[in-house]
Amino acid sequence: MNPLTYARARDAAEAVRFAGARDATYLGGGTNLVDLLREGVERPAALVDVTGLPATITKRRNGGLLIGAAVRNTALAEDRDVRTRYPVLARAILAGASAQIRNMATVGGNILQRTRCAYFYDIDGSRCNKRTPGQGCDAIGGFNRTHAILGASSACVATHPSDMCAALAALDAVVHLEGAAGARTLPLTELHRLPGDHPEVETLLEPGELITAVELPPLASGARSAYRKVRDRASYAFALVSVAAVLEVKNGRVKDVRLALGGVAHKPWRAREAENALRGGPATARAFRAAAEAELDAATALHDNGFKIELANRTITAVLAELAGRK
Amino acid sequence: MSNVEGSGRPTQHEGAAQQDTSLTRRGVLGIFGAAGAGALVSTFTGPPGVGPVSLVSEAAPEVLVQRGSGWVGAALSRIDGPLKVRGMARFAAEFALDDMVYAALVFSTIAKGRIATLDTGAAEAAPGFVLVMTHRNAPRMQPMVPFGPNEKAAGNDNLPIMQDDRVRWNGQPIAVVLAETQEQADHAASLIRVTYEAEPATTSFAQAKANGTEGAVYFHHEIGDAEAELAAAAVSVDATYRTPYQNHNAIEPHAVTVAWHGDELVVHDASQSVVHNAWSLAHILGIEERQVHVTSPYVGGAFGGKFMGSHQVLAAAAARLAGRPVRLTLSREGVYRMVGGRALTEQRMAIGARRDGRFDAIIHTGTATHTRDSPHPEAFPFVSLSAYATGSLKTDLQWAFLDQVANAAMRAPGEAVGSFALESAVDEVAVALGMDPIELRIRNEPKTDPLNGAEFSSRNVVKAWRDGAERFGWAKRNPIPGAVRKGEWLVGMGCGTASHIYNRENGGAARLTLTSDGTVTVDIATHDAGMGTETAQTQIIAENLALHPDQVEFRLADSAMPGLVAGRGSSQTTTVAATVVEAKKMLVAELLTLIRADSPLAGLTAQQVGPRNAGLAKLDDPTRHETYTAILTRAKRDKVTVEASPDEPTEMNERSMHSYGAMFCEVRVNAVTGETRVSRMLGSMDCGRVINPKTAASQFRGGMIMAMGLALTEHTHYDERTGRIMNPSLAEYHIPVHLDVPEIDVIWTGIPDPHAPMGARGIGELSVTGTAAAIANAIYNATGKRIRELPITLDKLM
Repeated sequence: MNPLTYARARDAAEAVRFAGARDATYLGGGTNLVDLLREGVERPAALVDVTGLPATITKRRNGGLLIGAAVRNTALAEDRDVRTRYPVLARAILAGASAQIRNMATVGGNILQRTRCAYFYDIDGSRCNKRTPGQGCDAIGGFNRTHAILGASSACVATHPSDMCAALAALDAVVHLEGAAGARTLPLTELHRLPGDHPEVETLLEPGELITAVELPPLASGARSAYRKVRDRASYAFALVSVAAVLEVKNGRVKDVRLALGGVAHKPWRAREAENALRGGPATARAFRAAAEAELDAATALHDNGFKIELANRTITAVLAELAGRK
Repeated sequence: MSNVEGSGRPTQHEGAAQQDTSLTRRGVLGIFGAAGAGALVSTFTGPPGVGPVSLVSEAAPEVLVQRGSGWVGAALSRIDGPLKVRGMARFAAEFALDDMVYAALVFSTIAKGRIATLDTGAAEAAPGFVLVMTHRNAPRMQPMVPFGPNEKAAGNDNLPIMQDDRVRWNGQPIAVVLAETQEQADHAASLIRVTYEAEPATTSFAQAKANGTEGAVYFHHEIGDAEAELAAAAVSVDATYRTPYQNHNAIEPHAVTVAWHGDELVVHDASQSVVHNAWSLAHILGIEERQVHVTSPYVGGAFGGKFMGSHQVLAAAAARLAGRPVRLTLSREGVYRMVGGRALTEQRMAIGARRDGRFDAIIHTGTATHTRDSPHPEAFPFVSLSAYATGSLKTDLQWAFLDQVANAAMRAPGEAVGSFALESAVDEVAVALGMDPIELRIRNEPKTDPLNGAEFSSRNVVKAWRDGAERFGWAKRNPIPGAVRKGEWLVGMGCGTASHIYNRENGGAARLTLTSDGTVTVDIATHDAGMGTETAQTQIIAENLALHPDQVEFRLADSAMPGLVAGRGSSQTTTVAATVVEAKKMLVAELLTLIRADSPLAGLTAQQVGPRNAGLAKLDDPTRHETYTAILTRAKRDKVTVEASPDEPTEMNERSMHSYGAMFCEVRVNAVTGETRVSRMLGSMDCGRVINPKTAASQFRGGMIMAMGLALTEHTHYDERTGRIMNPSLAEYHIPVHLDVPEIDVIWTGIPDPHAPMGARGIGELSVTGTAAAIANAIYNATGKRIRELPITLDKLM
C-alpha cells in the first residue's frame, strides 16, 4: 500500500475542498477501497474520509426518501420505510457481502465500488485496460464465467458487482452530487458508463465530485417489488445474475414495470427493452419470458459465461411471475 | 510392544477413571472442567441433530469403553478451547521477539524462465527497510528433501530455494523484504521491479498430456482381465470423471517466527511436522539437527498443507542475513502461490456388473497433474483397491507434468477425488440395474481384501449402512430421478461410501514423568492442528494410568521432545496411543522396582498389577492398592521418568485396515436457476473406538463440509495460458459458508478394532471421502442429471 495522507471531512463542502487540493479519493466504509489500496490497484495520494457526512434517511414531501451517502448499508436495509415501501432495496442490500461488511459499507461507497474481475486486481501478473489503459484485457481469453453479457466492449468485459445498485436502478433513484462547480443530480442509471474504449472511466463524475445523497422517488401504491440474486454459494458471493423488479399489474395487464439486472454488465443494467415489451401488455409468464428474451437479444457470450444469458432469462421470468402472482 | 496386551485382544482396562473428586484439579481442565467420568461416556448431547454418538454393537469385543467407566469415549471439551477463545493460545505469528523484523515476499509472474533484471533500489529507500534477500545474496542452502525414504524428510519439493535466477513456477518467491513493520515490508516489496526472460512452459493439462505422461508404478494393479470382463458385463458404466485444482485454505495462513542465537535456530512454526522440520532446516542450512528447535503448540488447521515449506527456509535465511529475528506470515495469496493443493484429475471409472449386482470388473485409471519434484501423487485409483469384491480389477495412475507449484497433500489426497468417481459410478450401476444403491454396495461387500486377500482387521460398513439408512430415512427416498419437487426446488437423496486406510507411524516415542503429587506429564513431538489431539491423548493417558484428566499434562509439538510423529495419514492418535500404552507398561515396571516390603503391592509382578485409582493395584484383588504418591513418597522419590517407544506398526501389514463410513445427503436443486443447496447430511461411521465423541464429531463434520466444497464450489482458477492462479483469496475461491452448511448428523458403530491401539482407527480424513459422491448422487436423484465434473456449479444443472 502506497503512503498517503488522510483527512476527515466535516461536511460536503470541506470534503470537496480537501479533494480539490490533491489527488484524493473519497473513503467511505473502505470495504472495497482498502482492498484496492492494499493490492496496489488504487494509489491515491490522499484519502478524504466522508463517513462523517450526514447519514440520515429523510422522508420527502412527495413520499420519496432522501438517503445520505454516508448511511451504512445495514442501516439502510433496516430502515422501516425502506423495508415496507422499497423491499427490493432492503432485499438487495441484505443479499450482498456479509453482515460485517454491510455494517461498514456506505451507500456512496457501494455505488462506487469497483469490479471484482480477477485480472483487474492482479497488478503484477495480468493485463487490464481498466487498470492500465491500452494494456490489453486478459479476462477476455481467461476466466470470465462471472463477466459481462451485456454492453461489454473489446476493451473490457468486467461487471459492476453491486446488488444495491440494481435495486436503485429499478427504483429510478437519483444521485445527488456536489463538486467544485456546485451541486447537481443524475439518475443512477446514467451515473455509470459502459466500458467502450475507456473502461478506466467508470462514471460521469467530475474529478473531485462527491456523492452526497441518493433520492428515491415514491412508488405507486399498487407497485410490488422484489430482488433475486443467483450465485455460486448461499452467501458471500457476487451475483452471477441478479434481478431487481418493480411491477404494477392492473386487471391482468402490466400498468408499470421497472426492471434492472446486476452482475451482467459494466453498470447496473436497466432492462428498458423488456419494460417496453411488457408495459400495457398481459402479465403472463409467456409475456415475461418474451420480454426477457427481448432484453437479452443483444447479449453476447464469452467462453465461460454463456449460461448467464439463459440464467438471466429464467430469473427475470421467475421474478416477474412471482410479483404478478402475489396478492 | 504389541498394541494389545497378552492375548491379542484389546486389553481389559485395568484402571477405572479417577472418581475421587477430592483431588486437586489443576490447569484449564480444572477451571472449565469435565464432568465426572461416570457421566461422560454415554450422555453426550451435542447440538440438535447430533444424536446418539455411540451405537454399541452386540458384536463388539469386550473392552473397557463399552462398559462405560473410562475416560476414553468421554465427551471432554477441548483442553485448548478456553485458551483459544480467550486469545491466549499463541500461534506462530504471535510471538513478538525483541528486535524482530517483518518479512514480505515478491512472487514471480511467469511460469518458467529466468530473472533478467531485478531492481531493488526503490525498496531499499523505502521507510523502515531493513534488508532484501534475493538469489544474489541468499546464503548457500541445500534444497529440502521431499517425503520419501528418509524418515525425517517432509518437503513438498526438492527445488533450489532462492539459489539461482531460475523461475520454475508462476508464483515462486523471488525476493524477501524485511522491514521494521509488516506494512513497511509490504510496501517496500511492492516497489521491487523485476523483468524476466520467459521460456516456453507447460501450463495446460492438454499440453502436459501431449508431452507424454508417466505411470506411477505403485498404483498400477491388474487382477484378471478387467477390460474383457467389462465388455462382457450384463450392465456396465464407463465414464470420465473430472476434478479441478483445489487449494489449501486453513484458517491460519502459514506463518513462522524465527530467531538465531549464535548458530542455533529457534523456530515458532505452524506445522504438522516439528521434528521433520527441525531436521529439514538443519539439512538445508548446513547445521546440526540439535541446533534447530521447532515448536508449534497451536496450529490453525493444517490438512496436509503445513509440512516443510520454503517459507520457513526463507525466514531463517533472511534472519541470518539481517542478524535479527524475523516473522514471516504468508498472505492468503502467498498460501496459494507457495503451498499447492489438490492436483487436477481426469479419471476413467468403469464398473461391469451382473444382473444380480455383483461386480465382475472395476477399472479406475486416468491422469493427474503433477510436478517433477512433488512427492504427493494424488493417487485417485487407490480408493478402488479395497472397496468392493470384484471379479477383476485394473487401476492405473498417469502423471502429466506441468510447470506449476508442486501439488500438496490435501486431506485424503487421492481418496477424496477418487472416491467421487468410484462412488458416483456405483450409483450409476445401481440406476442401470434398477437396484437400491445401498443394497448394491452390500452385495459387493468383500470378505477379504480384494487386492491381496488379507483379512480385514474390523470392517462393519454394512452395519454403518443399515444404521445410517434407518436414521436418515432412506426408505422414504423416491428412486425415480426428478420425481420430488417442492415449489421451485427438486429434492433428492444420495449416498456414498467413505473409506480411508489405517496408518500408524513408526516413530512413536514418549517421555512420561510421574511426580510424587500424583500428576503425570507426557511429552511427545506430535501435533494438534485443531482436531483435538491434546484432548484425546490426555484422555488416553488418564485412562491408561487411572488418573483424572486434570492430573495429566500432555505436551506436544516440540522438536526437542521424543517421537517422530507427523500429523499425517490420520495416524497421530493411533501412533500416540500405542506409545502411551507402551509407556504405561514401562512405568508399571519402574514403579515395581520402588515397591518396599511394607507396601500392599509387595511381591507382585508386572503381570499381576495395573494402574487403578491413581495408583497401582493387584488386578484380581483391587484392595491391594497403593497410590502413585504413596509409592513415590515411600521411595523418597520426587518423580519417575520413563521413555518408551512402541513396537513397529506391523498390524497394517498383516491385515487390511481401513476406517469406513456410509455417507448420506439430501439436496435441493432449484429448477429455475440450477442452484444446489444441501439440506441434510448424515455420516454413519465405522472407525473403531471413538476416543472423544465431541472432537470426533467435529472432525467428521469438518470433513463433510470440506467435501461440500469439493462437490459444489471449490475450484482454483489456474489460468492455463500463464500458469497463474487467478482467485487466490477467500472471496473468490469459494469454500462453503455457514449458510451453505445444514445440520450434519453423525453416528458411528462404536465397534473397537481388535488390532488397533486402544481399538481406535484414524478418523481425520475419512469423512471427506465418499461425501462428494453422495452429494452428486443426490443431485442425480433430484434432477436426473449426472454430473461427472466437479465442482457442480449451477450452470451444469440448468
